[in-house]
Amino acid sequence: MLPLAASIEWSVVVDLAIALGLGAGFGFALERAGFGSARKLTAVFYLWDMAVVKVMFTAIVTAMAGLFLLSSLGVLSLGDLFLEPTNLAAQGLGGLVFGAGFVLGGYCPGTSIAAMATGRKDAMAFALGMLAGVWTFAQLTPGLDAWVEAGTQGELTLPTLTGIGMGWWVSAFVVFLVFAGWGMSVLERRFARLRPPAI
Amino acid sequence: MAQTLAEPGPVAASGASDLGRQPRPYWNPYAVGFLLGLVLLATYAVKGRGLGATAAFSAVAAWLTGLISPELAASNAVHAKYWNDGAPLQSWTLFLLFGAFLGALASGLQGRRMKLTVERGPRVTDRQRLALAFAGGLVAAFGAKLARGCTSGQALTGGSMLSVGSLVFMLAVFTAAYGLAYPVRKEWL
Repeated sequence: MLPLAASIEWSVVVDLAIALGLGAGFGFALERAGFGSARKLTAVFYLWDMAVVKVMFTAIVTAMAGLFLLSSLGVLSLGDLFLEPTNLAAQGLGGLVFGAGFVLGGYCPGTSIAAMATGRKDAMAFALGMLAGVWTFAQLTPGLDAWVEAGTQGELTLPTLTGIGMGWWVSAFVVFLVFAGWGMSVLERRFARLRPPAI
Repeated sequence: MAQTLAEPGPVAASGASDLGRQPRPYWNPYAVGFLLGLVLLATYAVKGRGLGATAAFSAVAAWLTGLISPELAASNAVHAKYWNDGAPLQSWTLFLLFGAFLGALASGLQGRRMKLTVERGPRVTDRQRLALAFAGGLVAAFGAKLARGCTSGQALTGGSMLSVGSLVFMLAVFTAAYGLAYPVRKEWL
């Protein structure tokens, strides 16, 4: 029965080795996608290359469909998976701030590591900024953290909110992905002229 | 004109003489997305939770604080979550990112994309870009701490569980980024 961690107790060394292995897959995929380049990542905001949305959306739908299939087959228990508790105000506000940091800094935390691995000095600067940011947050604004914690609203998901089963949502997302894929190819052709010259 | 599919690497070298050393093209985004989805699914199936990145930075911040004063790290409400009884570096997410570094290194070597460079648009200097990257990281950190996760922990991981808060997070990220794209266009275009 999955997840394995719910039924097997493994040592710290094994735990960290598993993290290392899964992380390797994570980083490999990010770099393959071109996310080791801030220019490729931020292109999504100028619409000449929508790879960020294509990759993320496909990954989300793939994992979502896989979780649904495995749980339908009785192989995986969705209830045993950890979900960050919902806090709509904090997630909305945090998302706005994060988005500003993304377009300004050119990376997100995970992709900055992939970009550092391939020699991008700006990714190193981003990661140092991230480190300074989380340290400052902890030192100067523990009140903000307490505010986020106090306002959690349980684990709110679309199926629990609407009463419509996960399978319907997976199907809807697959259909939406197909249409979005077509729309993004139109956008890319329309804004191709914005692609800056190589430096 | 059928020139849409093959995308050049970010720093495609000019001149045909070193054609063999030019970066290989990136993979098809839908194919990589499928692969990334499988990695995420495997992470759920083994560990019972998804991918993340921000917690690794929080763990290193707690560790650095502990170098100055272990009491300070253990008594601060935020650092304490990552203090791990004095072993903050034994963090699952930190090792996930060590792995990500190695995986990206392997991919970059195979794809001939290793290059010590600064990613920027043609209208800013390297120095300006490095300062903006640092500032962006600082701002993104606050966002990720508020939202309890970043593109990995909230968007990918929460999104695949159809978490309403994660979907709100994603909408907010793109709203802010598209809203700021025009003012900061000189950095990228």
